[in-house]
Amino acid sequence: MATGSAVIPQVKPAVPQGRTRLGAFLAYCRRNPNLIIGLVMVLFLILIGLIGPLFVNVAQAQPTSVIPDQPPSPDLLLGSDDQGRDLLAVLVAGLPLTMRVGFIAGAVGLTIGVILAFIAGYQGGTVDTVIRLVVDTLLTVPGLLVLIIIADSIKGVISINLMALVVASLAWMHPARTIRSQVLTLRERAYVQMAKLSGMNGFEIIVRELVPNLLPYLAASFVGAVSAAVLASIGLEALGLGPQNEPTVGMTIYWAISFDALLRGLWWWWIVPIVVIVVLFMGLFLISAGLDEVANPRLRRSA
Amino acid sequence: MSTLIELQNTTKIFGSGPNATVALDNLSLTIDDDTPSFTAVAGESGSGKTTLARILLGFTPPTSGRVIYRGKDLWRISSSERRQFRREVQAIFQDPFEVFNPFYRVDHLLNVPIEKFHLAKSKQHAHQLIEEALAAVGLRPEDTLGRFPHQLSGGQRQRLTIARALLLRPRLIVADEPVSMVDASLRATILESLRTLNQDFGISFLYITHDLTTAYQISENIIVLYRGGVAEVGDVDLVIKQPQHPYSQLLVSSIPQPDVDRRWGGDQELPSESGRGSKSGCRFADRCPRAMPECLQSIPPLYRTDPRRAAACFLYRDAPSITSEQMDEVMAPGSSIRRPVQDPR
Amino acid sequence: MSREVLERGVLQETVLRVEDLRVYYNTPAGAVKAVDGITFTLRRGERFGLVGESGSGKSTTALAIMRLIKPPGHIVGGRVQLGNQDLSTLSDDEFRRVRLAEIAMVPQGAMNSLNPVMRIKDQILDGIWAHESTTPRHELNDRLPELLSTVGLQPNVLNLFPHELSGGMKQRVCIAIGISLQPKVIIADEPTSALDVVVQRQIMSTLGAVQERLGASVILVGHDMGLMAQFVDRIGVMYGGRLVEVGPVRDIFKEPLHPYTQSLISSLPTLSSKEVSHGLPGSPPSLLSPPSGCVFHPRCSQVMSNCPLEVPDLREIRPGRWVSCHLY
Repeated sequence: MATGSAVIPQVKPAVPQGRTRLGAFLAYCRRNPNLIIGLVMVLFLILIGLIGPLFVNVAQAQPTSVIPDQPPSPDLLLGSDDQGRDLLAVLVAGLPLTMRVGFIAGAVGLTIGVILAFIAGYQGGTVDTVIRLVVDTLLTVPGLLVLIIIADSIKGVISINLMALVVASLAWMHPARTIRSQVLTLRERAYVQMAKLSGMNGFEIIVRELVPNLLPYLAASFVGAVSAAVLASIGLEALGLGPQNEPTVGMTIYWAISFDALLRGLWWWWIVPIVVIVVLFMGLFLISAGLDEVANPRLRRSA
Repeated sequence: MSTLIELQNTTKIFGSGPNATVALDNLSLTIDDDTPSFTAVAGESGSGKTTLARILLGFTPPTSGRVIYRGKDLWRISSSERRQFRREVQAIFQDPFEVFNPFYRVDHLLNVPIEKFHLAKSKQHAHQLIEEALAAVGLRPEDTLGRFPHQLSGGQRQRLTIARALLLRPRLIVADEPVSMVDASLRATILESLRTLNQDFGISFLYITHDLTTAYQISENIIVLYRGGVAEVGDVDLVIKQPQHPYSQLLVSSIPQPDVDRRWGGDQELPSESGRGSKSGCRFADRCPRAMPECLQSIPPLYRTDPRRAAACFLYRDAPSITSEQMDEVMAPGSSIRRPVQDPR
Repeated sequence: MSREVLERGVLQETVLRVEDLRVYYNTPAGAVKAVDGITFTLRRGERFGLVGESGSGKSTTALAIMRLIKPPGHIVGGRVQLGNQDLSTLSDDEFRRVRLAEIAMVPQGAMNSLNPVMRIKDQILDGIWAHESTTPRHELNDRLPELLSTVGLQPNVLNLFPHELSGGMKQRVCIAIGISLQPKVIIADEPTSALDVVVQRQIMSTLGAVQERLGASVILVGHDMGLMAQFVDRIGVMYGGRLVEVGPVRDIFKEPLHPYTQSLISSLPTLSSKEVSHGLPGSPPSLLSPPSGCVFHPRCSQVMSNCPLEVPDLREIRPGRWVSCHLY
């Protein structure tokens, strides 16, 4: 039986008339710390990649640039690895590469997924059944295994962008499913029926009526897709299936493992990628938790 | 006499096999184009009134039977003809909040039809049209435009949907429970707006409701639906003040009248809550206090017991029977409705 | 008391007394005074109707009596007395024992709040067992068929799931849960709002029968004056979080005293005339910053000079007739 929350009498919001959406958004951010902290963390990492090159010589991210196996010192702030790479330069050069894989794969995966989701969810009928069958079947395929097989067969020619596409090929199913269920819910809303009565066709309804209301879900799906993509790419790279010459986070781990950095006490080599991974994923998670609150108003903190 | 829209023997069945529900059972209905009418469709949940609305609005095709729009089958016309249909048949829904897309300001609801149907030549013209429509329903632009749906009251929102329907100058508006989710004190204003649209703008209404009291106050004709079929039809004064079909009688006597001297009668007459209903024969037979053996065997036709009323019940078998296509003769619109000057658009 | 009321065995004994109850909601914009000083009594066996439009505070009052108000709402003042016991002094644990056993509620939309994955019998048992955890469950089970028959349901309903029942049947289940421990007071908040007119009549008649059998009192919260006319003995009219008039139902309808009640009664749609009734001008008051003095004065047709200045007390101007208005 229901208990509790009575309907709070409708209060005219204490906002000035014609307050912009941006103003409302910023005020909201103050009440949603998860989102802000997460965004700050991820932005911080992006900045390292953007501004870093101004301070650090990225050419030294290549092997035989500096004296190898040096612990952190005033000259080499993060030390150097066994092949003579300046690890600070590696961080500055490689972090954006890793994130690029994540974002490209996430974006491509999401776009494909969303398009299919809208078609399936809005049209219904046979189209929906077919798409749903394909998605559900592919979801059962062990993703990492498939990725390993694909990556292994193109081992010689793999590049950052190619890796992103490989990862994207399995990143579209989950968004397809979640967005489709949201579309199914919204499809029967009265404002969609009104739109039909006002002469809009299916495509217009999707773009003008449904998408704006799905923005939180789309954003959350994007964050989820990016996280999964980054994880997949780091995983592939750590297994040695990534682009061998790029100083990405995953490749750094691979080299650290290959050269027994742990056993040899070269702690500065493996600690940096781990810290970076933790910060990145925590940031992405907090963003996703923050977006969850946007999408689900009941989670919002009461005053 | 030309017909705007007509349902010919339409049946709508949901589901299949033993669990199939017959939402509408061989229903025929005519909405005339010449004289604006105001017809109520009354029934409880399960009567088929919502399905009727959806079929009339072209949202769902009938399982059998046809929907004829200006002489042509609605589901076989070209897209430009469909567009014309959309222009002429509009709707007002029950929930004044859900019809607004929460992402946009309320203006969006009014701007889209203007845009899609090319109602205005310029932005100023569009604004003028909106202002006229708002004025017709008693709203002021400065109080309503530019706001988000949650910033307006339920009554204001519902009047906005009426203004929107008016913009298109339709021939028919299907109003599905337009006041049931609006506060009692605001209902009168909403109903007044509907009456304005009917009398001053010559728009026909199909007013779907379960509330017989508002139906009585605002319509001239009423169709009482029970389980997908017509129980009684005719002039609203006759049907509600002197109901003949046992179901109409039950319905009218169950209205909670705000009169302490007219309390609900004894409870012995109350039929049990409906189960699946009888498989053959009159749909009301399993709950009817006056059921006779023949009621279980065949479905009674409509018997015209008055020039302006017909009831589908064997109790009146002495009266002449009419087919459902002839139902509109019983509902001839009153001559007191003025026909307005042709709109020059 | 009218003859009708006496025939039903309504006694003079007061079973519930609510005094100056106040419930405020703390929002970023300030305190919303949802209920601002409600006082009324309920007699044994009586049917009391708490009527008002949305935002008048009637549902909040019901929840406050049941101590089911959640933050940001708080009960900031007043007392609720059940018989001789002051409920406001009870701890949460002690009050939980009172809930359902002494005062029960059938909340708004209750039939939609039945757990969709639990059988009916388990849902009823849950409530009973929470109070009688020492009795073995199978013994409690035996009480159920009779409980269901008092609300007009067959015992086979016990094994069904909510989605297998009609709206009316679900509401009867909710009433059954409410009376399962034979409370003294049953609060029904809009129990029939989602139901059709015929089913509504059946449910109200069931509720009435159940009440008489238990000798309990009922508070019917709603906005449908027609329903009130059919069911209750006395009415309390709420507006803007305050009680503006209380009296026997017949008197309220025949001779409403408060201007708000007067316009409410005159605007009721009836089948006697075709005239579309007129509503009240203006809009409901803001509970965040209510009008000064009498909360109704901005919309009152008989407003006087002191109305915006002083809040009128709810006074018994005739035996059994209470009004909060400066006219009296």
